[in-house]
Amino acid sequence: MSEQLEAPLTQMKAQARQQAAQRGEWRRLPLIESARLRWGLAIGAVIYLFLALASVEVNWARVSEGAGRAVNFLGAFMQPDFISRYDDIVAGLLESLTMTLTSTVLGVLLAIPVGLGAARNISPLPIYFVCRAIIAVSRTFQEIIIAILFVVMFGFGPFAGMITLAFATIGFMAKLLAEDIEDLDWRQVEAVRATGASWWQTMNHAVQPQVMPRLIGLSMYRLDINFRESSVIGIVGAGGIGATLNTSLSRYEYDTSAAILLIIIAIVLLCEYSSSHVRRWTQ
Amino acid sequence: MLTLSGVGKRYPTGDRALTDIELTLPKGQVMALIGPSGAGKSTLIRCVNRLVEPTQGSIRLEETELTKLSGHKLRHARRSMGMIFQEYALVDRLTVMENVLSGQLGYVGFWRSFLRRYPQEAVVEAFRLLERVGLPHAIDKRADALSGGQRQRVGIARALLQSPKLLLVDEPTASLDPKTSRQIMRLIRELCAERNLAAIINIHDVALAQQFADRIVGLRAGKIVFDGLPSELTSEMLTTIYGEEDWDTTPEPMDDDATNDASVNSPYQHTMKSVAAGGAQ
Amino acid sequence: MPVSFTSQGLPVWRRRTTRAQWLQYIAWLAGVSLFLLCWKMISDNTMWVFVEDAGRQGADLISRMTPPEWGYANVLWKPMWDTLNIATLGTALGIVMAFPVAFLAARNTTPHPLIRSAALMVIVSSRSINSLIWAMLLVTILGPGVLAGIIAIALRSIGFVGKLLYEAIEEIHPTPVEAISATGASRMQVMNYGVLPQIMPAFAGISVYRWDINIRESTVLGLVGAGGIGLQLNASINSLAWDQVSVIFIMIFATVLVSEWISARVRHAII
Repeated sequence: MSEQLEAPLTQMKAQARQQAAQRGEWRRLPLIESARLRWGLAIGAVIYLFLALASVEVNWARVSEGAGRAVNFLGAFMQPDFISRYDDIVAGLLESLTMTLTSTVLGVLLAIPVGLGAARNISPLPIYFVCRAIIAVSRTFQEIIIAILFVVMFGFGPFAGMITLAFATIGFMAKLLAEDIEDLDWRQVEAVRATGASWWQTMNHAVQPQVMPRLIGLSMYRLDINFRESSVIGIVGAGGIGATLNTSLSRYEYDTSAAILLIIIAIVLLCEYSSSHVRRWTQ
Repeated sequence: MLTLSGVGKRYPTGDRALTDIELTLPKGQVMALIGPSGAGKSTLIRCVNRLVEPTQGSIRLEETELTKLSGHKLRHARRSMGMIFQEYALVDRLTVMENVLSGQLGYVGFWRSFLRRYPQEAVVEAFRLLERVGLPHAIDKRADALSGGQRQRVGIARALLQSPKLLLVDEPTASLDPKTSRQIMRLIRELCAERNLAAIINIHDVALAQQFADRIVGLRAGKIVFDGLPSELTSEMLTTIYGEEDWDTTPEPMDDDATNDASVNSPYQHTMKSVAAGGAQ
Repeated sequence: MPVSFTSQGLPVWRRRTTRAQWLQYIAWLAGVSLFLLCWKMISDNTMWVFVEDAGRQGADLISRMTPPEWGYANVLWKPMWDTLNIATLGTALGIVMAFPVAFLAARNTTPHPLIRSAALMVIVSSRSINSLIWAMLLVTILGPGVLAGIIAIALRSIGFVGKLLYEAIEEIHPTPVEAISATGASRMQVMNYGVLPQIMPAFAGISVYRWDINIRESTVLGLVGAGGIGLQLNASINSLAWDQVSVIFIMIFATVLVSEWISARVRHAII
């Protein structure tokens, strides 16, 4: 019923708009056609904004007190101090870098079976659910939460950090890998299967060539992410440069903090630059 | 009305696109610009409205020296030159009406155009133009929902809404089928006659150029090698422009078409109907 | 040469040439030794006694986390609301700041190459520094609270949204932009008519995607004092109330799943 009514109705509306345009009255078509929904959404957004802003408590006295620190901090960026905590910075940085590398390698190696298991088109249903659950848990919780748990289990130090990052890498890589496998060109797989290849041979000859370039690109990207994350999990005791940064901030040694931040930015830039090279080289 | 003298363009890479172009276009004349790909046709018309900066020479539109303009004055000069593009160059995600009204951008301020509050006369004129090109029913369609010929009509309406004195037309038919190409060329021709507009039309199709232009200019490697009436364009001339080829054995598309396409010799009303019908499909 | 001949003159096919094969071996060797070196450095800094104890610790942790103390959930509604606000307001603020930065950073819309490199610098700095670090900084400056969290999320979002958006701007079709300029439109009008409609779908998708990520990130900002549910998490962990921690985890898990679902739906609707 309503469909039958709608067709002439839209036609009438279109005609009315044409006549209006002929008289020189024309307005842009609204993004959302139904006026009620449009206004409802707009009013809802305003109310939400009002409530949300009202619940933000700002202690202006504290802010003005902190303003001086902000100036100090910006000043510190102009003259970062690499020297006075040199040993701490180098130790933290080395720890971060080793954690980054080992966790990425381990994470990617473990992500491959999980990714295969989470691809609906090649794995049986029970395995699919288990692998998807692993991915969901690993992706939901921030690295730092996982780090807290692993520090409790494995004790303070880079080992807990490494396990944390490897775990987070599994979720990230396995999800993207599974999506890739689900999208792959199925004709190639069938062609290889048609030759009488076993499951392993099919994986090696039909699936691996199709997903490999992206897998390498994603691993490089994850290496970059892992380094950035390794700079924060130190806050909860999982090793790396984050601990050094946290200490310097709580001591208000802004010049050292600025130096550490600049090093992090430089390394991330370097990572990004080299990963774009590696990706070009693998494709 | 439009005078080019000594116009040259050299790209930063060192390629010379145009050398010493001398050209005068009187009011109301439709000029076809032919020549092989890479001869500098597109560069030439883009130099006129300064989408490409000429590196030497002067270009005058009536009393205005175009090469020296900048900022506000350049905007004013550009709005008096309507441009029609090869790939239509419509903004796909805007509606047909918004695309046509964008021809008014040189006349209205930023906030008016941002809020789409165009003056009433502009909307009336835009709708009249859409009727003229046969698309009044499509005002609220998105540009990417139209066919190639329809899009080119929207492009024409947009250019005309600028109330130009001059039309710059860059390969209007290159992406269209032969029949639509002819309809579009005829439409441009008629609109120029109605409004007494001068036009420079870049075109690959020599037969179309001969049929629809008052004057033909041949460009080769950035230099004018022919300038005359369509009837003066002989096979020898074509060889000078395009290089060696057996021009005479090519079937004349005009004659060929005239037998098949009844609308060619029909009176104006009839043509308009077929244009409108083409638009409605 | 992949095809060579044996001493009997029979052709042998190999996947790589001898040289390429050796280079590959060396690359693998270098990679593996680098990994082992890193592994050694980590294991030197590890108290293996604790690691051996991990299974027992883990089991202990799980037994203390179960059953979750469900009553604690009632205390969590307000922090959860704060967390959502931090993510949403932070994303909104970040987008507002990222928008002009992206236009300044895109090769085809930037007014000057120098401005472009400055904009790129802003994007890189914002991207490199985790929102937790931003939060730590802002807490020392603004004091603990939701405001620091909002600004931390916003600062981190600038880089993410800015980068993806400027890449989208660089990929637009140039011809509509040319056509709009040819009508005599001003610079701002060209942006509004020629560029903006082309990047709108990408922009909406990126924003929703970042909002989804920000929900996750805002759940932990409280660990450094920047408001939200992380504050409760920190308090519960410090008082070793693991049954409360598990309630918080479940809340976070549910919220993230819902936000991911919303984000996927919206992105699907846009594309």
